Amino acid sequence: MRTLSKGNDMDQNFLYMFYGFLAAWLIIVIYVISLALRESRLRQEIDRVKRMVEEREPEAKR
Amino acid sequence: MRQKIVIALALVAGLILAWNLHTMFLQVPDEKNQGAIFRIFYFHFPSAITSFVGFYIGMFCGVGYLVKKDLRLDSIAASINEVSLAFATIALVTGSIWGRIIWGIWWAWDPRITSYFVCWLMYVGYLMLRRAIDDPTTRARLGAVLSIFAAVDIMIVWKSIEWWRTQHPGPVLEIRGGGGMAPGMEAPLWWNFLALLLLFTALVLIRMRQESMKCEIDSLRRYAHAF
Repeated sequence: MRTLSKGNDMDQNFLYMFYGFLAAWLIIVIYVISLALRESRLRQEIDRVKRMVEEREPEAKR
Repeated sequence: MRQKIVIALALVAGLILAWNLHTMFLQVPDEKNQGAIFRIFYFHFPSAITSFVGFYIGMFCGVGYLVKKDLRLDSIAASINEVSLAFATIALVTGSIWGRIIWGIWWAWDPRITSYFVCWLMYVGYLMLRRAIDDPTTRARLGAVLSIFAAVDIMIVWKSIEWWRTQHPGPVLEIRGGGGMAPGMEAPLWWNFLALLLLFTALVLIRMRQESMKCEIDSLRRYAHAF
């Protein structure tokens, strides 16, 4: 394991720590956005299928 | 009701994480040898443990499905495994960034990292398998079997730092036989773990609602085709 002593190393060290935190938050945010998009697609699909059922029901009763 | 629980869990998780950021940056000093980068551990470790917990619960739900043939258990397993995979991705990515500074390389084919990567690939395969199979019972059965195999790998990931002493650091925390962390440095780790667990639960609840929406769509389609 490397030990860090020089100023340059310390700057890079802090920068990569920031990258690490950013990556963790980005993954969570991207996943939450993908969940939200999926949910809106599913809601649209439910509405579409419900309309299809409503259209077919009267025809079937006739 | 579920919506309110999700919002409450996410709010509490967000508050703990925000408060913990303050603790990590303003109260916890840099580690003597690693410097500031050691703080990645505060996300890396809780994410990994959260993913392990999730994968195991997913595996038990899969076993439950094989025993009871209840498709609701399969839906829960699928939801939990998908969210756990997101947390496993965080653990792998943050570990890689830490390795770039401490080892000078982004990746090492070390037993711990490789076995965790294999585990990650297995769960990616699990999700792909589910998408590829239309029949719900076949999908549930094969998914459950795959999650049992993957759960064996999680045990290897867990024990790998004790079985093989290579690049990845050995156990750090005292509860795993490590030297422990300095006083005041360990508390934020467990707070972050709690926050990520709450966030994990909120995401699983959202994902489970989507699974029930899919079931509703399937039953509506079957009803529509019956005319």
